[in-house]
Amino acid sequence: MTGTADTGVTRAEYCAVACAEVFRGDGEVMASAFGTAPALGARLARRTFAPDLVLTDGDAALVDGAPPLGARPSSLVYESHMPYRRVFDVVWSGRRNLIMMASQIDRTGNQNISAIGPHARPRAQLVGVRGAPGNTVNHTTSYWVPNHSPRSFVEQVDVVSGVGYARAAAAGPSATRFHEIRSVVSNLGVFDFATPDRVMRLASVHPGVTVDDVVAATGFALVVPDDVPETRMPTPEELELLRTVLDPSSLRDREVPA
Amino acid sequence: MRAGPWAPSVEGGVPVADKRMDLDDLVGELADGMTIGIGGWGSRRKPMAAVRAILRSDLTDLTVVSYGGPDVGLLCAAGKVAKVVFGFVTLDSIPTDPHFKAARQSGAVETMEVDEGMFYLGLLAASQRVPFLPTRSGLGSDVLTLNPSLRTVRSPYDDAEELVAMPALRLDAAVVHVNRADAAGSGQILGPDPFFDELFLGAADRRFVTTERVVPTEQLSAEGPIQTMCISRLLTDGVVETPGGAHFTACVPDYGRDEGFQREYVAAAGDPDAWAAFHERFLSVDEAGYQAATREAADERAAAKAARATKEDA
Repeated sequence: MTGTADTGVTRAEYCAVACAEVFRGDGEVMASAFGTAPALGARLARRTFAPDLVLTDGDAALVDGAPPLGARPSSLVYESHMPYRRVFDVVWSGRRNLIMMASQIDRTGNQNISAIGPHARPRAQLVGVRGAPGNTVNHTTSYWVPNHSPRSFVEQVDVVSGVGYARAAAAGPSATRFHEIRSVVSNLGVFDFATPDRVMRLASVHPGVTVDDVVAATGFALVVPDDVPETRMPTPEELELLRTVLDPSSLRDREVPA
Repeated sequence: MRAGPWAPSVEGGVPVADKRMDLDDLVGELADGMTIGIGGWGSRRKPMAAVRAILRSDLTDLTVVSYGGPDVGLLCAAGKVAKVVFGFVTLDSIPTDPHFKAARQSGAVETMEVDEGMFYLGLLAASQRVPFLPTRSGLGSDVLTLNPSLRTVRSPYDDAEELVAMPALRLDAAVVHVNRADAAGSGQILGPDPFFDELFLGAADRRFVTTERVVPTEQLSAEGPIQTMCISRLLTDGVVETPGGAHFTACVPDYGRDEGFQREYVAAAGDPDAWAAFHERFLSVDEAGYQAATREAADERAAAKAARATKEDA
């Protein structure tokens, strides 16, 4: 073990900070975040280096600031009405940065939340493709996988819901024009597609995780650079925000155990 | 048609049509093999009383078009469904519906699974009486490979972009549930999101609004601001007053989702005997019987919770 024991920073806190980094540099866009680490990441970014981010209440409104997880509706300051019909206007305008979850993700960044096994008669019916096909060809999309394993990081997903680099390229310029799979954050590390053929690369490992751990938990040939950095430490300000303001009851540890 | 306390408006001396009917009238307008749109979203503001009425009927072979929740699950469980057109089926606080899962995993239903934005455009195209609307959404995904009938279209302008031509989702009938309505079919949604209810009605040949309460037209302004009156009577053929008609899905501000009952629904679905008992108690009875049985079940859950608390204190 390195890092974790010395600093007291938990794995879930590294994940939250890695998710916050996904929102760096985008200016005034609507942040949507599914899962606890992404929800914390968007809030952290909004309160620190990405003050122009616009957050939602998870229902039908945009809210001012970055309220704690589970904040009561009566404590929220509403900025704008954002029913689903208007959400699609935002999606199609591209003014959105999203972290979705992925039941499966593959080497070229395809994501699956539809079904496991053949679609006509799946072994496991999941929630459905939802907005993933449209999100991925309209605005920047990233993924959060809290249970990195060969079952979630697969050679090829069973149903392409979110569109990866190879599939977008094959579909042509209308599909690639606004397509960007920025990051994949898992409980083990951070991944991107900064390779010549746009396949998944290990960008950093969370402190306490080895490169071998990541390779063993991945069901395809991951691009592993010679030097793999560690995911950055949260700043003291970020740790304070996470622990005392945004998630005082430590919901983050339920998603990624310490 | 049933007479009620609210006389239709007589402004100008001639009354507008009274579109009130009951659940049996509504089901009587449906037929085997129809394509039926169901409003709401996930486990929110679903016209569940109408769904329950369909469950009690002999209707079969339906194509259900829905931002799916327990409406889809229940109809699948009852063997009413030939095909589901959907982008998701979810109970919101529980990710998937157990009956829909079972129906899919046994191959019992056909599907047209599309991106939820494509779904919106399909309803919009049908409402606007155009054959399709273009969208980037769907390109590159398995939505196109799984639905080989979907086509792309090339922009006739200089950009020459190739986009998905989302076909109109024309409906034989649609039913939505709203907080308030008047007898002539103007509907009012008091919660924060009207979802796509207006488009379901616009896309359909036979259009039904179920409501918590029918009020005189002049009462609508007292219930909420003008933008809550988002279903015009141009879009409705029938109005059914059915208090608690969205239960167990959320119908804010009238009531939230009945999470305890939803958990009971999911638990029962996992076991044939438990499901038979659930069906006997809640679904084999009429709507009044359902409402009484669910109130009783809520009391039982509250009593059980109190008993557990007492035991822990002891």
